[in-house]
Amino acid sequence: MACAASTEPAARFDLDAPWRLDAQVRVRPEAFGALLYHFGTRQLSFLKSPALAEVVRSLAAHPSARAACTAAGVPAVDLMRYARALQTLAASQMIRRRDTA
Amino acid sequence: MTAGSLPLTDQFERGLAAPICLTWELTYACNLSCAHCLSSSGRRDPRELTTAECQAVIAELQRMQVFYVNIGGGEPTVRPDFWALVDYATGHDVGVKFSTNGVKITPGIARRLAGRDYVDVQVSLDGATPEVNDAVRGRGSYEVALRAMRNLADAGFAGFKISVVMTRHNIGQLEEFKAIADRFGAQLRITRLRPAGRGAGVWDELHPTAGQQRELYDWLVAHGTDVLSGYGGALPGLGMCGAGRVVCLIDPVGDVYACPFAIHPSFLAGNVRDPGGFAEVWQHSELFCGLRRPQAGGACESCAAFGSCRGGCMAAKFFTGLPLDGPDPECVKGHGERALAAAAPAPRPSPDHSHRTAPHRTAPHRAAPRGPVPLTLSRRPPVSACNANPLAGFVPQ
Repeated sequence: MACAASTEPAARFDLDAPWRLDAQVRVRPEAFGALLYHFGTRQLSFLKSPALAEVVRSLAAHPSARAACTAAGVPAVDLMRYARALQTLAASQMIRRRDTA
Repeated sequence: MTAGSLPLTDQFERGLAAPICLTWELTYACNLSCAHCLSSSGRRDPRELTTAECQAVIAELQRMQVFYVNIGGGEPTVRPDFWALVDYATGHDVGVKFSTNGVKITPGIARRLAGRDYVDVQVSLDGATPEVNDAVRGRGSYEVALRAMRNLADAGFAGFKISVVMTRHNIGQLEEFKAIADRFGAQLRITRLRPAGRGAGVWDELHPTAGQQRELYDWLVAHGTDVLSGYGGALPGLGMCGAGRVVCLIDPVGDVYACPFAIHPSFLAGNVRDPGGFAEVWQHSELFCGLRRPQAGGACESCAAFGSCRGGCMAAKFFTGLPLDGPDPECVKGHGERALAAAAPAPRPSPDHSHRTAPHRTAPHRAAPRGPVPLTLSRRPPVSACNANPLAGFVPQ
């Protein structure tokens, strides 16, 4: 329950792995980006960036999170910031690796 | 500045595509006549939404992606279709948390609830002893609530909520409330007494004194992690009023109000039976669009705590006759008490569905740019109807 994006180490997030939204997560578009809700943990997430919302929504359609970022127009210089945000979402079970159970 | 770079508070003040904290009162019927009932409940309204109309609202909430609703009343479980509506909602991606006095929570129902995902139960208790509880909620209501808690715990329903409205008479019982919650594996949730509904008539005699507010604050600082509190913003700076922006109320006849504490024609935005249904009311009603335009903080804007408190509760001000752009009546800085002394006559809450045999309680109306990618996680909405409070951001010297 915090703006953990700035404190999680981006290094722990594997940008080159395949990712997807958790099956119990729904994405609601909002003017500022999107609202995620996890029906299992009953946790809400506010994605305050339309680009991050697009990355999260399209993860499953790309071979890697890096590819999803590129397709959403995330500049290379910003990749580490997005990796930190994605790590936070992974830690709260909002997104999962597709290549592990 | 792009929309995404504004603080969440500012985003929320502009309103969301759909509410994230929707209260739905399914019936005005109730077996009790609590002295402080926010919705002046008692008698069923003959215009109550039918089962089919309730199902249509649920389908609409699913389309709008309202992920969960807080169901109350009245006593929602006295509706014969209540358990079917809970199943219908959870089957349509709308989770349910419902508030009850416990009257229908039999061992069988408790077992049924314990087996459901996406259902949470909140049992109301306003005294840790029968004497204190029953004085507000009615004779025998303590035993009914405790029996419901025992049934839920025996059925293995872990982590249900015990919801307590803080009053002058029960703030001294915080430790005992916590002990009851611990005994049943439940979570204690405390909320503010609002001068709404029948609560307006008893607010003067029941609302905590300034000294008790401080006692409560100290207790919360010591126990905050175990207790759900409508008294402190979950995140700094998010004590704002969410009425009509992230919060609203649907009442038993389908009327949509800005918040659960504001059942009054001044805060009525429309009805779910109107053309366009609930979505039309949420997105386009004149009242809600007005609430989403920038609001003046008035005298509060110069206060050091304005960033977190944002002037407190709109409904509490309205029903105590205070101007909406001034301080909350329970402002910890004392501005509210001074304002109350000069307050206009308070508007009468309406409508009133109280039992005609209920003790008459309504009399004493007052006469007078390059940081981390923005992402915020929280287990519950950082803004809710319950979070607008005069203690937000208050740190005793």
